[in-house]
This record gives sequence, C-alpha cells and structure tokens, in this order.
Amino acid sequence: MTDPLTPWERAETALAVLATDPSGIKGLWLRARASSIRDRVTQALPPHRRIHPGIDDTSLFGGVDLAATLSAGHLIRSAGLLAQPSPLLLAMAERCPPGLSARLARWLDDAGPCLIALDEGAEPEETLPSALTDRLGLFLDLTDIPYSHSVSIQLNPAEITAAQARLATTKLPKKALESITTVAAAMGIASLRAPLLTLAAARALAAWRAEETASDDTLRHAAELTLAHRGDLPETAEQDAPQEAPPPPDPAETDSEQPQSQDERIPDDILLEAIRAALPADLLARLNAGRAAKSAKGSGTGAARKGNHRGRPLPSRPGTPGSGKRIDLVATLRSAAPWQPLRRRTPDATRLEIRQSDLRLKRYVETSDRVLIFAVDASGSSALSRLAEAKGAIELLLAAAYARRDHVALIAFRGQQAELLLPPTRSLVQTKRRLAGLPGGGGTPLASGLKMAFELAGQTQSRGMTPTIALLTDGRGNIALDGTPNREMAEADALRLARAFRNLGIPGLVIDIANRPQPGLRLLAAAMDAPYLPLPRADAQRLSGVLQAALGD
Amino acid sequence: MSQPFPFSAIVGQEAMKQAMVLTAIDPGIGGVLVFGDRGTGKSTAVRALAALLPEITAVEGCPVNSARIEDVPVWAPPVSGKLVKRPTPVIDLPLGATEDRVVGALDIERALTRGEKAFEAGLLARANRGYLYIDEVNLLEDHIVDLLLDVAQSGENVVEREGLSIRHPARFVLVGSGNPEEGELRPQLLDRFGLSVEVSSPRDVETRVEVMRRRDAYEHDNDAFMKKWRAKDSSLRKSILAARAALPALKTPGVVLHDCAALCIALGSDGLRGELTLLRAARAQAAFEGAQTVTRVHLKTVATSALSHRLRRDPLDEAGSGSRVARILAEILP
Repeated sequence: MTDPLTPWERAETALAVLATDPSGIKGLWLRARASSIRDRVTQALPPHRRIHPGIDDTSLFGGVDLAATLSAGHLIRSAGLLAQPSPLLLAMAERCPPGLSARLARWLDDAGPCLIALDEGAEPEETLPSALTDRLGLFLDLTDIPYSHSVSIQLNPAEITAAQARLATTKLPKKALESITTVAAAMGIASLRAPLLTLAAARALAAWRAEETASDDTLRHAAELTLAHRGDLPETAEQDAPQEAPPPPDPAETDSEQPQSQDERIPDDILLEAIRAALPADLLARLNAGRAAKSAKGSGTGAARKGNHRGRPLPSRPGTPGSGKRIDLVATLRSAAPWQPLRRRTPDATRLEIRQSDLRLKRYVETSDRVLIFAVDASGSSALSRLAEAKGAIELLLAAAYARRDHVALIAFRGQQAELLLPPTRSLVQTKRRLAGLPGGGGTPLASGLKMAFELAGQTQSRGMTPTIALLTDGRGNIALDGTPNREMAEADALRLARAFRNLGIPGLVIDIANRPQPGLRLLAAAMDAPYLPLPRADAQRLSGVLQAALGD
Repeated sequence: MSQPFPFSAIVGQEAMKQAMVLTAIDPGIGGVLVFGDRGTGKSTAVRALAALLPEITAVEGCPVNSARIEDVPVWAPPVSGKLVKRPTPVIDLPLGATEDRVVGALDIERALTRGEKAFEAGLLARANRGYLYIDEVNLLEDHIVDLLLDVAQSGENVVEREGLSIRHPARFVLVGSGNPEEGELRPQLLDRFGLSVEVSSPRDVETRVEVMRRRDAYEHDNDAFMKKWRAKDSSLRKSILAARAALPALKTPGVVLHDCAALCIALGSDGLRGELTLLRAARAQAAFEGAQTVTRVHLKTVATSALSHRLRRDPLDEAGSGSRVARILAEILP
C-alpha cells in the first residue's frame, strides 16, 4: 500500500475530482477560515456563482426584476440562480439557515451540478446543516495546514476535458461496491448517499488519472476524501474490525468469495487505514460534537428575533422586497421625494418616479415571552424543612416576573404524582393564592414533577415562548414515574428526564432546599446542564437574589 | 436521468412503500408522514410514487385539474373543454414558500399590464386530485402550517385577499418527510397525516450493497435497468387500480369495527380520527391483497403506521411510539 495523501495533496486531488465530475460528486465542504491558503483552493475551483446565507428566494428561484420593472414600467421577470447550470459557492456556509439548506439540498437532488460550501465555523457547533453535509461528496479541512506546505494549484483545462471524456468508460473493480459499502457500514455511516458518493469520486479520480479500471490507490483516496469525515472509525487495535463490525457478519461472502477474488478485492482494513490516516482523530471528535450540539437545537422559536411581520417596529432600511418582506410605503416615498424634480423627464410629468434604491423595508423586533415554570417539591420531607421559605422566594420572584411581564406556571409534586397548580399565566394574584394554599406532605415523586415540567415546557415552546425551569426540591425522590415507591427507579427516571431537558436545550436551575446539600441533586443538575444552588438555611430574600442572578437578569 | 428511480426497485423500506400504496388506493386515508435518517430513500420513494401512479383524466388547461368541464372554476382562464390524460400531480411545497405561492394571489402581471383583477393559482390548486409533498415538513413555517391544516381538513382553498374572493377545491394527499432530530411536528399537523412510518438505514451489509448496486445500475446502465423494473412497476400499478375498483364492494364485519375501537381506547389516542383512518387503511390493505372481507390480520398490518403518531408523546419512551403500538396490539388483538 502506498502512503496516504498528504493534506495538501488531498486538496489537490479533491479539486481534480470535483472538476472532473461535478454533478456526480455534488460538491465540496471546505472547512477553513478566510486565509491565503483557502484562496489557493478557491481560485482553482471550477467557474461558479457566489451566494450567501441571507440570499432570498427571488435570487434563487427567479421572480420580478424590480429595478428593470420600475425603469421599464412593465413587468420583467428574472431567472433565478438555481435555474442556471453553474456550480454555486456558498460563502459563510456555517450560517446557512435550515430553509436555505433544504432548498439547496433539493436543488442538488434534482438537477444541480454542485455546491461548494465555505464553512468558516470557529466552534465545533458552528457548522454546515446536516442536510448539506450528507449530500456534498468531498470534505477538506485546511485548518491545520501551514501555508508553507501548500503550492499553487493549476488544473489544466485540457486535462479536465480529457478526464471528463474518459469518465463514461472508466470502470470500477468488481468488488469495489461491496468493500466501500462494508467500510461505510463499519464506520457507522447510516446514510446510503455516502458510499454512492465514494463510488462517484473513485470513478472521477480514475478518469483523472487515466486509469481504465480504478486502482486500489484510487479507491483508497476516494474513500479518504468522501468517507473520513462522516463516521467513527473502529478502534485501531482491532485489525479485523471491518469484517466484524457490521451487524450481522457476512460469512458467505468472506468465506466463499475471498479466495478466488483476492486480487480484485481491496481488503477493507486497508481502506479503513487510509481513512484513519486521512484526518486527525480529534477532528472527528470535534465534528461529532458539533453534530450532536446542532441536532439538539433544531429550529425552535427562541428569544429575541428580528422579523418583518410582527413585534415592535424598528427603523426601516433599504432592500429588495420579496420572501415575505414588506415595503414601508411612507419611508419609501420619503426617500424618493427629494429626487422627483431631477428624475422627471418632462417638466409637466406628474408621475411619481421611484427607483429601486428608494425602497424601504419594514422591520420588527419580537421578543418572545419568558415562562418561568416552578416545579416545587411539596413532599413531607421538604415540608419539614423549608417549604415555607421556598414559597416566600417564589412570591418575591413573582413580583419581579410581574414587572417584566413574564409568564409564570406552577407545578407541585407530592404524594403519588405531580399536579399542575397553575398553567402559564400573568396573574399575580391567582399565583399567590394557589401558592399559599399549597399543602405539604407525602412522598417525593420528583420524576413525575420533572415530567410535567418537561411537557409544559414543550407546550410553551411550541407557542413561541421561552421556558425556564426552576426546580425546588430536597432531592429525596422516592416515587417512580409509574407511582410505585421505589427509590432506585425513581432516581433513574429523574435522571433520564433531566437529560431530556438538556436535549431540548431548556435552561433551568436546580435549587436544593434540603438541610444539607444533596450529592444526588448535584448530579441531576449536571444532567440537566443547569446551575445547582444548595441553600443551607437561606432566607427568602437571599434565595430570590441567587435565583435572579442565575437566571441572568 | 429524466425518469425517476422505479418504485419497485427500492430495496426494503416495506412499511414506507406499503403506506404509500395504501394512500394511492384510497386517497381518503389522508397522507403519509415519513420520518427518518438522512439518505434512506424518503425523497426517492415520493418521486418514484409520482411515476407509479395511474394517470388522471382532467380538463385541458384547468388550473385545478377538474375532471369535468362544469367543475372548472369561474375564475380560471378559458379552457378548450377537451379532456386529456395527465400524470397524477405530485407538487413539491418548498420550505419557505410564501403564502402567495401556496394559496395563490392576485396575478400581478395581468393587474399591471391589462388592469384586470385576476387570480393566479397557487400550489394548492395545482395539487388538487394529486399529492402535495413537503420535504423537511418539521421545518415548515408556522403560518404555512396553519394554512395547510385548514385546507387539508376542508378540502377547499378559500382566498380572501387583495379584493379577491375565491374558493376552489383542493383535495390532495399530504406527503411529508423529515428528520425528527431537527424539530418536532405540531400534534395538530401530525394528526392530519393518515399514516406515519419511521424509516432507518438498513443495518445489514447485504441489503446496503444491494441498494448501492441498484442505484449504480440506475445511474450508469439506465436503459437496461429501467426496462427490468418497468414491468414490475406496471404490475404494481395494475394491482393498485384493481384494489381501487374492489374497495366499494369490500365487506367490513362488525367484529373488525369493534377491534378498531378497542385498540384506540387501549392506546388512548385523541379523537376518533384514529379509528377512522385505521379502518380505511385496513380496507385498502384488504383490497390490495384481493380479500373479500376485512379481517383482523389486515388491521394488524396497518395498525402501527395508522396509530403510532397519534399517541401522546412520552419523553421517556426511547424506543418510540411504534413499539408501544406493537405491544398493545399484541395484548388487545392476540
């Protein structure tokens, strides 16, 4: 086996593959900050058109050409970028919103030649939406390549044309399909697009290298470029991992076919080795971390967001209407007014002359309401200690919430299960009344309380509010979710629910109202990714102070 | 590659294929929701379905694909009145489509050039009598979802805007696909889908290799590949047509109705839509199998996909509601 490609050779190979078969490879995910080394790669890309994450539908799909329409006086439509058979380059791809990525993904699926995504993400969480990472064939990370290791890339157009002509007749070894699928499965790559892209890359690379049938090296290099960033590699120590890793192992094939077709088949572990060598191990970890963080967030409604439909008005600003943006008529007229005498072609014309530069768009800022969900432990054990103080703290907090117009919801758990005392409301009086009447005593169905808080948080989130959970408990959960008094099950249930909170990204706060800090509650808070506040003998005033500090205002 | 990948050539994913065939037999089932990982053939299946479906007869030039001349809406541009065969419409609803594009709006071109107040039909009109496909349905904007809910329920699109007052039929089968990791779907919209299936990547290497082999053949040896599968597609189309014809005469014994109700009560599904869809799906399944009467077996075949999305979500249930349905199914209908 030959040596794996050096990082810069990999970049060169990727560009050659992309130039040879753009529509088969579908694209390149280029992860690098703006730098001279990235410029060396981008200048060698095939001719493309540049788009940015904020691009609107009119530019993508076509629509009314406003400038031409206004000057001509009749409707002129423009063709969108997606209608043209030219590759697109998406700058700042890490900021690509889900809507745009879905549209681009569709374009790639249907007809699009290819997309080059420049991912400048600084953090692992900042990365391309998975709809695109799944579809783009090649991946390059230039982060760790020093400039001195790079050279200028020159792709000869004549060579590219020749390679494209060879593409149709280039063949892959018979076993390539099986071995690439096996390797992808062994790496835990669920998507079936990945191995297909590897095959396309292998074909293109073979055509580029003028091989009639792709050589083993070519297959390896193709796998490096297309698979390495997608999955986890099996441990290095297990040499025969690839044969064993895919669940159900495949004895028929390995036993009967391998002896006669040894020369045709690239042993899978060599392929895996090549991929392993291709990328630093921590990169995979970083990418995976990014994936996990990204997938957890989703597109939920969040805190403050700027929009153009509702909310508090902001000053309007110039722009092109379309994609649901609305024209601010008054501001548009105002900006057009001074120019009228200049623009009139004849002195007696009375028509209003409006140019595209006059158009002003409405903008609004909308802050979603916060809902404070109190989950209060009213069990016997906490009633003994400081239920009264917790009540006092909540009342103080309610006053602050009232001033900010926050919504408040109250859940109490005691006895067998939790009870929603008060659905999200702004009524201070009602909340106080319910709170004062809250009795104590019975078991601690902590899991049930968490579950109800979780459901309530989900509901409020889907109504566009931002939930925050404040859990006040002494942590001695002893009633499981199904109502049975089983301390172990109760704790396991509570922990699982706490993790569900973290997955949804709901901020929270755990306040320990036991007489002594409870280590179990600290674990629970960690699982929720929430601050933990033990309160040994605090008064209501102090509790409320701590709570406000933790909640960020 | 003008022809889509053949429906029958899709490897595995039986539940998804079955659900799609059932809605083709009885559009009243009300759509399919396909949730699952990336690259599992969700979009491929929908595109393939479009090619598989039998043609419809429609008035030429009618914006809502009317079957008869008298059904052509009054606002439509004049039509020749000729009846033509055309493929069942499968309309894509792209994410971020504006309200104008979905429901239709004032035809600006005609308003500007000729000063006429005319209606430009939207996607909902074009999807009438066909399918409306929403990829990444869980990322759809809320105000578009609200529109869809309303129209999917009433089968009629009512436009009251810009001085227009127009209504036209919009009966379509909603097909949605998405990846649940990227966002949940509102329960109201979930409920509008008749069937839901979860797809995942095949886990065994043999199946995966077969998928790759067929895809590779489709891309590089298109003619031979299409020829091989076209016969299977057309026999499937024939059995769909036969099932459609057999559907009205199908008998539904009382015991099956009882089973439906018992199952839905045990699962605690909200409303009666669960029972109704379950029954319709079971009838379609029976018709597809060529049976004379609906039996418990048919019911069990379709129960998971008809009911799993109607349960209350349990944050602790990591196995998914599909297995909950299967468990209760085994208890109630042994």
